[in-house]
Amino acid sequence: MKSDTITKYVLLVSSIVILLVSAGMVFSLIGDALPVFEKFGWRFITSSEWNPTEGRENYGALPFIAGTLSTSILALIICLPMAFATALFLAEYFKKSSLSTIIGSMVDLLAGVPSIVYGLWGFYTLRPFIVSLGLDAQGYGIFTAGLILAIMIIPYATSLSAEIISMVPNELKEAAYSLGATRMEVIFSVVLPNARSGIVASFILAFGRALGETMAVTMLIGNANIIPTGLFSTGNSMASVIANQFGEADGLKLSALIAIGLLLFAITGIVNAIGKLVIKKLS
Amino acid sequence: MESEIRAVDYSAKSTYRNIKDKLFLWGVIVVSIITISPIVLIIGQLVFKGFKQINFSFFTEVTPSTYEAMTAIANGELIPGGIVNGITGTLLIVAIAALIAIPVGILIGLFLYENKGKIYANLIRNLSDILQGVPSIVLGLIAYLWVVKGVTQGYSALAGSVALAIMMLPLIIRSTEETMLMLPGSLKEAGLALGVPYYKVILRVLIPSGLSGLSTGILLAISRILGETAPLLLTTLGNPMINWNPAEPTSAVPLLIWDFYNDPNMADLIWSSSLFLMGFVLTLNIIAKRIAAKH
Repeated sequence: MKSDTITKYVLLVSSIVILLVSAGMVFSLIGDALPVFEKFGWRFITSSEWNPTEGRENYGALPFIAGTLSTSILALIICLPMAFATALFLAEYFKKSSLSTIIGSMVDLLAGVPSIVYGLWGFYTLRPFIVSLGLDAQGYGIFTAGLILAIMIIPYATSLSAEIISMVPNELKEAAYSLGATRMEVIFSVVLPNARSGIVASFILAFGRALGETMAVTMLIGNANIIPTGLFSTGNSMASVIANQFGEADGLKLSALIAIGLLLFAITGIVNAIGKLVIKKLS
Repeated sequence: MESEIRAVDYSAKSTYRNIKDKLFLWGVIVVSIITISPIVLIIGQLVFKGFKQINFSFFTEVTPSTYEAMTAIANGELIPGGIVNGITGTLLIVAIAALIAIPVGILIGLFLYENKGKIYANLIRNLSDILQGVPSIVLGLIAYLWVVKGVTQGYSALAGSVALAIMMLPLIIRSTEETMLMLPGSLKEAGLALGVPYYKVILRVLIPSGLSGLSTGILLAISRILGETAPLLLTTLGNPMINWNPAEPTSAVPLLIWDFYNDPNMADLIWSSSLFLMGFVLTLNIIAKRIAAKH
């Protein structure tokens, strides 16, 4: 019996690792972000001035918050119809056919592409394409970054939505068919109402992913520390300002970057928690 | 799941409704094809632009200097050297991350399986889910604060491994718990009924029976962290030489791609390195899916 008690304790102790990592993370981020919040207070979030010049240092995170939110929201808007259509393709129209296996594994492949490869592709293919369409002279900015983010989060939204859509009971759909409904009418009046909360959750979780993406956004957003003024305006996101300015940072600037990391941690945490709550309500 | 059928007038299937139905189907097909087209374009571009730099020295030599690359391009030759410092660095960083994350993750997964329904276990599961959503760049900051500043007093492979291990942990935990839940409960009970100590039931019955699920989870987790760049930027820094010391700055394939991207002379190496990285990630993915499909 004694070895069983030991086994139980080993398992219990290992679970404490998660507690320590989570608590330690919050503690470290807050601790090292404190100097900046002590100096600037709320102005750190509401100010749009980012000036690392010694003596006149001023750090405001508003441009980066705006950049992260605008690229992610744009990505979500582009992702919505694409992921929805692909999910219908996989889980409704071509369910269990070899066509859906092929498309499904290609969606999985999209999820496996590293962020930096998306960035390269965006820089060398997407950006010149946007320039050649005459949308923008340089091709950097919110739009390009949002577009690449959309491509990156589509696989997540698609696979989760497809799973939910395929779970809608067949009897319900058959009942509607027997009343003479067309396939499209079945989708909009039976499948969607039943899968609604699951689909919403999948898009919330995909949005949470877009918020934290770093490399691809860094390579395409233009890295200008300003609040974006339009769809093709350059800007900077929270994750990419950390990646770009970390190398030369110390003192107050390092603390400012860690504070941005803390904000990013909080925002993604809240978005993911909402997504998880919606899923929990579902089951 | 709530079941509701919205009231729709289904009387008389008019041609208008049939046309609308067909148009919607074609819309779905066209949008789906557009959605997956980037993967074809990306892989095509990597293969097309990358294959000519892939040769023996690509895997055996360290990265060339900017000057060497510049003269080679000026003479119309291939860029000399390779990315072996990145390959060994990636192996070192990922191996240490896996050594940290796999045992701990499996133990925590077993704990959740053993204590399902309890409040404390639910707390751990939720925290692990939250951990999975933390952006990788934030994990880089954490590893910088904990390891670079605290342990190794400088940029190091170990710091990168810690960041990647925290990234892997929730994935391993989840796949372990899900695998265990799929095993028939009688398996464990049969072992315990024979009077086998519980740790032996875990080692001899649960883990071997769930091996395919566990290894799928582990391979997918490794393929997720292989291409991570952002956390390594803040922790391992990079190194032009081969380095096997975990306490020293180390290069990695994604970091080299980032360096090549920032150096116009090295542009040709971007594609071959990315092709190599993609190939590595996809191979692991395919092996994992194969194992999962077999069982």
